[in-house]
Formats: sequence, structure tokens, C-alpha cells
Amino acid sequence: MRSQQPSVLLVCIAMASASLLGRSAAHGADNITLQGTGATFPAPFYQRWFAGYHNLHPEVQINYQALGSGAGVKQFTDKLVDFGASDAAMTDDEIKQVQGGVVMLPMTAGSVVLGYNLPGFTGDLRLSREAYAAIFLGKITAWNDPKIAAANPGVTLPATKITPVERSDGSGTTFVFTNHLSAISNEWKTGPGTGKSINWPVGVSGKGNAGVTALLKQTPGAIGYVEYGYAKETKLPMALLENKSGKYVKVDLPSEQAALAGVEMPADLRAWLPDPGGADAYPIVTYTWLLCYKTYAKAEVANALKAVIRYGLTDAQKFSSDLGYIPLPENVVAAVTKALDQITP
Amino acid sequence: MGTIVPLPSTPVEAVPTSPERDLLAESTSISQPPSAFEVAANRAFRGLALAFAWGAVLVVVWVVGEVGHVAQPAIRAYGLGFMSGTVWDANRQSFGILPQIFGTLYTAVIGLTFGTIFGVAIAIFLSEGFLATFVDRALRALGFAEHPWLVTLPTRVEAVLKITLELLAAIPSVVYGLWGIFVVIPLVRPGADWFNAHLGWIPLFGTNLSGPGILPASLVLAIMVLPTISALSRDALVAVPVRLREAAMGLGATQWEAILGVILPAAATGIFGSIVLGFGRALGETIALAMLAGNANVISWSLFSPCSTLAALLANHFPEAGTIEVGALMYAALVLLSITLLVNIIGAVILQRAEAGLRGLR
Repeated sequence: MRSQQPSVLLVCIAMASASLLGRSAAHGADNITLQGTGATFPAPFYQRWFAGYHNLHPEVQINYQALGSGAGVKQFTDKLVDFGASDAAMTDDEIKQVQGGVVMLPMTAGSVVLGYNLPGFTGDLRLSREAYAAIFLGKITAWNDPKIAAANPGVTLPATKITPVERSDGSGTTFVFTNHLSAISNEWKTGPGTGKSINWPVGVSGKGNAGVTALLKQTPGAIGYVEYGYAKETKLPMALLENKSGKYVKVDLPSEQAALAGVEMPADLRAWLPDPGGADAYPIVTYTWLLCYKTYAKAEVANALKAVIRYGLTDAQKFSSDLGYIPLPENVVAAVTKALDQITP
Repeated sequence: MGTIVPLPSTPVEAVPTSPERDLLAESTSISQPPSAFEVAANRAFRGLALAFAWGAVLVVVWVVGEVGHVAQPAIRAYGLGFMSGTVWDANRQSFGILPQIFGTLYTAVIGLTFGTIFGVAIAIFLSEGFLATFVDRALRALGFAEHPWLVTLPTRVEAVLKITLELLAAIPSVVYGLWGIFVVIPLVRPGADWFNAHLGWIPLFGTNLSGPGILPASLVLAIMVLPTISALSRDALVAVPVRLREAAMGLGATQWEAILGVILPAAATGIFGSIVLGFGRALGETIALAMLAGNANVISWSLFSPCSTLAALLANHFPEAGTIEVGALMYAALVLLSITLLVNIIGAVILQRAEAGLRGLR
């Protein structure tokens, strides 16, 4: 050990000086760093998008910290970052608190799925809107309940107890899911309600998408909501859900795009989709927003950010379906590109 | 930097060799009063130690002050009802932490019960040299006892076991959490189902295990407090004077009688101290419990029911909390701090009493 110490010290010094030199060299070439904080839901897509842009334009460094939608809005409002990100668009009250104005840009969209664990059960599980709302309200407690069986003719479901699995931490995914439940069930709306963290009537909860997925995989009879990209990656069985027009829909790109197509994008780009129409639409879909200021003190920051977003609207959209997100429809891309003009140095 | 002065290099011959040599005078010649620098260094060291000691106290006061300050609005709004409320609903701004207080204490007590039983057993095993004796006997039976390479093997085996145990303390909490989800829960599920099916009328087994819950959380907690309890208990057992054991043996006690009747009671204060420390650790444990407790707002005596703890509540809700919820969370943190302080005070008092009762032994 003792003989190693000098060499360890040398390596440390060498590394420190190398990083210092590297930094100063990079700073010499008009380096721009954009700082952002926000939602975890679109984080894999954002990371890929920012890394892709950085490869093409090494002088622009984009740091995105996925601390959650709430933290994103808070730090954005306090002007601690260059941009924020949130799964829930800012409310009018929140916008008022930001001096100089806010531009909200939907950058991608995603779905929330119901994953389950039923040992010995293969094939497609169909859940009616009444059934999955009742499961999370604690009204349906066994898998062989007639309300579930009615939607699954010719299939025998076990008498296993249902264990609903939820997110224990505050999360945009929870907001999207409960916003949908409030839209389809009056009992939910007046009971637990919509929010990033909920006083759940039943079930157990895990931390993050990873925690929920781990519990789902370990608990026979469990059902829980996770972000589609995550469920796809971990090969979780996903239920077919009944949509507004009464059809049971599997989550995939066409059904997700059908959901987005059914919504008119308003002028302020705040489109809520608690319960999309459309015959083939998947029911639990959401846009997720990038939050930008209308004015920036430094022109180069504003211009760099606009260039990054333009890349995100065009080339980066190609990654989205691989990662489980929905590429933005053409009309939305056009509307967001137009909205970019509101950002001025 | 002590006051030890190097011996002067004056050769012995230089000392005058008179017959009535004054030995005292000679010895003072090599020990001189500390130099001004040494006095200053001493003072500076004392001052620095004092500053650090007070600094640590100051940090605690600062943290409590800051937490209390942020918690003020919530304390005013919710008062003492906060501690008896059973709902945590950020949407309706209604906050209560009774289920969390219950869950924190319940998981800690059960975890500590398991941890104490195993920890003290391990401490006895290690301090009594059972393992070393066993290895020694095995070596003798094989005829290798005198082999120069194997003479130290018994003590080395014991040291390896001790270090392995202490390594448990170095495993990150999140690893314990994952291990709990993927190993402990499937492991206890069959037993839990059996107890629920056959002995479900006992409240302790009243619900079925849905995965995360009090039992898996407590078991993992037990393993997490094990190194603290076993290491400190072992130290306490080793510190028991040998004459006590010899006296017990001399009076005709068997080894077990000596351990249970004399050595354990003599080491009781040290063992109790280790349990109090372990309790503090169990109360504050966060991530492993957030992953294993199930985070459900439930108060149930059933070992298989999910629960929630104060530390897990803080970890789960803090990142996305709004201003009012942050205040409520800080209030919950204050409650957790008070519980920990209370446990430590009670522990210290019991320790003092026990110490007084055992004074005659020393």
C-alpha cells in the first residue's frame, strides 16, 4: 500500500491538471453550456437528443438533470436553469410567477401502461375502464372478479388477490395516470383525485419506474402503471385497455399516434389529453413540455437553445419510437417550430 | 507533537565521573521544560479539538434550527393533530403522520429483536473462541497442529469471520433494498402464506403478504444493524474480567452456565449500549425501507401488511413537494429527530441504572 501512494497521487494530479487544461481549452472556443432540469418521464429521449446534438456541435454542452417535473418547474421559475421540463404543462398561476414570460414547447409524447404479473396466465389481458378504475379504488380485489372476466371471454383467470402497485414518489407519470382516471371515473375524481402524488386507497408503492417494475415482477397478482418505454425495455406484460369508443387497444405506435391525432393543438401548445377520442386511440397518452423563457440575457444562449430545439423537432424525432416515445405529428412540429420565434435574445 | 524530547547525543564519557554523581541532576539534564513552540502547539491543538467538538454540536443545532424554521408554517397550521392524523394527501393539503410513526417504531423494534438475538449470539461465538477451538481440534485430529504454517490458522479464521461481519456495514442501503426485493421477499413468501392461511386469526399474521411489507423490511433492517450490535457486544464480552469467568468455572459452572449466568450479565451494559445504537440506525434508515416497506398509509399489527416510515416518507415526497408540503415534511423530520433523541435519552438512563447495579462486579 505504502509504495503505491506516490503513484496514486501522481495519477490524481495528472488527471486534475488534464481536466483543467481540457476545460480551459474548450472554453477558449466559445463553449456554450445549457443547463436544464425537469421530468424523468422523457429523460431517456432528452439524453439521446442532447447527446446527438453535442456530437454534431461539440461546442454546445447540454446538461439535463432528471429531478422530476416539480423540481423542473420550481428551478425554472427561480431562474436557476436555462430551460425546464415538465410532464404537466404549467398552469396560468405558475406562468404568472415567471418574469418576462414562458414558452412551452411539447417535444415528445408518451404513454402510461398497466403492467401486471399473473403467473400461469398467457395471452392478452383486457381491462374495461370500469375495471381498472375499480382496481385502483380497491373495489375489485380478485383477478376472477366478474367485471374482469366479462371482458375476457373464454379465459379462466385465477382467484389470486389483486395487489395494485403505485409510485411512492411524486411523479409526472402518476399525474398522467390519475388525470386519466379522473376523466373516466367520477368516483376517482371526487375521491383520490389528480396529482403528482396521491393518497392511494389500496396497494403498495415503489420508488420510481424501476421500483414499481421490480415490485410488479416480484409480486404475483400485482398490477401497476409504468411509463411505456420502461415497460417495453423490461418486457413487462401489458394489459389491453378499453378506450373512449369502447374498443380494447394494445399500446403500440399506431394506437398512440391515433390518440395524438384526435387532439387539436391550441395556440399556447398546452394540449391536455386525459381521455383521447378516436376509434383506435390508446387511452393514456400525454405530451411532455420543454419550458423556455421568452427572453434570454445572452443572445448566444437563446440562439443555441433554439438550434438544439430545432434539431429535437426534426432529426431527434427519429429516435423516439425506439425508446418507446411517440414522434410528434407533423402539424405539432410545425406549430412548435413557429412558436420558437417567440424566444428572443 | 508531544513533549518528548530527543535524547541529547552527548557521549557518556563527557559526564564527569565523580564518585558522588548526582543522578537526579543528570536526569533533569535530558528532560528539559517544553519549548515555547511546543507550548503553543499544545495550546493550538487543544483549541482545535475544542473547536471541532463544538463545531459538531453547532452543526446539529443548525440543522435542527433550519428544519424547525422551514417547518414553522406547518407546525402552526397542523399543530399536534399532525401526529394523530392518518392521511397524507398533498392534493387536499391534509397531512398526518401517525401511520409513519407507527411503521417506523414497529419495523425498528422487530428488526432490532432479530438483530439482537443474532448479533449477541455471534458476539458470544466470537468472544468465547468457539471457532478457534473447533479449528484447533480439527487440526489436531489431522495431525497438523504443530505445522508452522497452520499454527495461527484458528485465530486467522476468527479474524476473517469478524471482518466479514463488519463488511456488512459497508454495503450501500440501496443494495440492501434491491436484495430485499429480489431475495428476501420470495424467500419469506411461502412461510408467510402458510402462517396467514393457518394462523390468520392471530393479528400478527392477519393479512397476506403482498410483497413489500413489515416482515421483509424488518428482516433487512436486522441484517443492517447486525454489524453494530455484534461488534460492540463482542467488545463488551471480551472486556469482562477473566477472573469472573475463572471464579464461575471454579465454583463448578459449565461453560454455558458461566456465559449465561456470569459473563452476559457482566457485559450487559455494553450490549445494551450496542442495542441503543442499533435502534438509532434502524429509525433513520431510509432507502432500503422506502424500497421494502410498501409505503402504504396503513396501521396494521400484521407482519405481512405494508407500512410506511418517516424517513421513507421524506425520501419519497421531498423532490416533488410544493411549499406547504415541504413544511409538513420538515415537521415530520422534526418528529423523527425527537423520537431518535428520546430513544437515546431513555437508553442512556437505563444504561446508567444498569451500570450502578453492576458496580460491585468490577
